[in-house]
Amino acid sequence: MACVVSLRDITKSYRMGQELVEALRGITMEVEAGDFVAIMGSSGSGKSTCMHILGCLDTPTTGSYALEGVNVERLSKNQLAEVRNKKLGFVFQGFNLLTRTTARENVELPLIYAGVPTRERHQKALAALEMVGLARRAEHYSNQLSGGQQQRVAIARALAGDPTLILADEPTGNLDSKTSEEIMEVFEKLHAQGITIIMVTHEADVAAHARRVLTFKDGQIISDRRRQDGGWAGPGGQ
Amino acid sequence: MELFLALKIALRALAVNKMRSFLTMLGIIIGIGAVIVMIAIGAGASKVIADQIASMGSNLLLVVPGSATAGGLRSGAGTVPTITYDDVKAIQTECPSVERVAPTVRGSAQVVYGNMNWWTQIQGCTPEMLQVREWKIAAGREMTATDVESALKNCLLGASVAENLFGAEDPVGKIVRIKKVPFTVVGVLESKGQSPRGDDQDDLIMMPITTAQRKILGNPFPNTVGAMLIQAKSEEVLAQAEEEVTALLDQRHRVGPNKERDYILRNLTEILAVSQQSAQVMSLLLGAVASISLVVGGIGIMNIMLVSVTERTREIGIRMAIGAKQRNILLQFLTEAVLLTLFGGVIGMVLGMAGAFTISKLLDWPTLISPQAILAAFLFSAGVGVFFGFYPARTAARLNPIDALRYE
Ligand SMILES: Nc1ncnc2c1ncn2[C@@H]1O[C@H](COP(=O)(O)OP(=O)(O)OP(=O)(O)O)[C@@H](O)[C@H]1O
Ligand SMILES: [Mg+2]
Repeated sequence: MACVVSLRDITKSYRMGQELVEALRGITMEVEAGDFVAIMGSSGSGKSTCMHILGCLDTPTTGSYALEGVNVERLSKNQLAEVRNKKLGFVFQGFNLLTRTTARENVELPLIYAGVPTRERHQKALAALEMVGLARRAEHYSNQLSGGQQQRVAIARALAGDPTLILADEPTGNLDSKTSEEIMEVFEKLHAQGITIIMVTHEADVAAHARRVLTFKDGQIISDRRRQDGGWAGPGGQ
Repeated sequence: MELFLALKIALRALAVNKMRSFLTMLGIIIGIGAVIVMIAIGAGASKVIADQIASMGSNLLLVVPGSATAGGLRSGAGTVPTITYDDVKAIQTECPSVERVAPTVRGSAQVVYGNMNWWTQIQGCTPEMLQVREWKIAAGREMTATDVESALKNCLLGASVAENLFGAEDPVGKIVRIKKVPFTVVGVLESKGQSPRGDDQDDLIMMPITTAQRKILGNPFPNTVGAMLIQAKSEEVLAQAEEEVTALLDQRHRVGPNKERDYILRNLTEILAVSQQSAQVMSLLLGAVASISLVVGGIGIMNIMLVSVTERTREIGIRMAIGAKQRNILLQFLTEAVLLTLFGGVIGMVLGMAGAFTISKLLDWPTLISPQAILAAFLFSAGVGVFFGFYPARTAARLNPIDALRYE
């Protein structure tokens, strides 16, 4: 299968006064199209940092990142915005919906920046909301929705632009286990449709939905396991 | 479409903080309002002067008697007529820059027609007066040289006099009695409105200077005139005409070390032109002072926009994460700033016009609001929005997506 994501020796360091914080220390990984990857690891191990780089929200200190074969480092700010708009969908732990804005309008946002005409935009937004089971809440304001519903709107927003890759940083981090399960069902559905998903989580039962689990420690990948029917395989397994 | 959406977002953002938006606009409202009022006052003043110049006639010099000294006794200016018919003729023939000279005597008298009577000003003059003052006839005929030479009892009525004595009736050909002397009305003058001094120029009767002196006003000093209006050939030679007339009159009146100048020459056109200039300068100055408040208002906009950008850093981050380009963010915040100033500008314009109207009603000061002033105020307020909104908008657009998202 074709590679959607290919990271080569990615490092990211922050200078904090005199100290140099190395958040990522040589990440190399590939993600195939249609895969569902969970990233686990202790707090501070660099998961979010890696997701931000994958999401073109941040740039690595060194190393190279190819998204669908395109080297992202070479792109201008405008081109990066376009990549985020067309190829990526980001789901945050804190939902990050716009307040005083309806669910539908939130979902339409990426389509607005893509220049999609109004009617088509409405249709696509409603289709995406349908997909996450929230079509009936389309005209509700984001602050009138429960946490689980908000996260589903956020997933619909990530979906609306037909991205090749969905990135979710602790999408269930703010939700109870029952709601988490509902959200994971949505991700399962997306996975079934062939969308590539990379998701950070701390919870084993959430990660259990993924087909492949990467474990981070101190800015490095220490294990990479793939689920095969009934069990896990791969180097560094527990 | 992009602009339309930016407008929608901006309107929503402004509506969220209604009070803040209003207070921010207040600076622009006051600024634009003040500029409009000041410009209206200035423009009104200079229009009044321009109208006066037009109603007075162009390129005019006025010669009136000055103080005369006779045997060590100095009389006050104007009490003794010192200008003679010979002076008039001499100026006419010897000053090349002078187009024509109109001698005049003035007084007042009661006019009676039927059972109506009216106290008005009598102006004795020659046909030149109408030409010099560019005064047209509304009905009947003008004064002729024969009227003057033969001292005929013909007269021209000013519009106000005609109105007061005759009402709707046609005065031409009717007989009026001035100081009990019967006069034939041969014509009615066109209305001129107010004079530079603010009195009614149409409240007068014109008659041949000869008739006025002999029959109505009397003339204890034979061969003199009350004053003369001199018209120069053109604007370019106006100053030269002034010199020529002064030189000639000085010579004729033997003005020298032992004799004071016994006449006063005023350049009417220059006086009005100068006052018009100063009205324009004043208008500019007032406008400049008022625009300081506009600048202060603009700084207020900038301040609030910066606060708004900081407050909405997270929103900016979300928009960028979803694919907003720098241009989109810039446009969004710029639209918001321009919308603020445009709203403020329009409200300020309305208040400014109301203020100008009130001033002209209460203080009886003429004001004038031209369409250009409105357009300029509109563009200016939009310009203030762009100018003071640009920096905050650019600050927003230049944010790093990840920094903006992480902002608490
Ligand atoms: N902007 C920043 N400036 C300085 N250091 C940073 C910055 N962002 C992250 N770091 C550091 O990089 C390291 C990795 O952070 P990161 O957020 O990627 O961890 P994480 O694996 O997502 O943790 P968590 O599970 O708690 O979310 C941490 O040590 C953190 O302190
Ligand atoms: Mg994290």
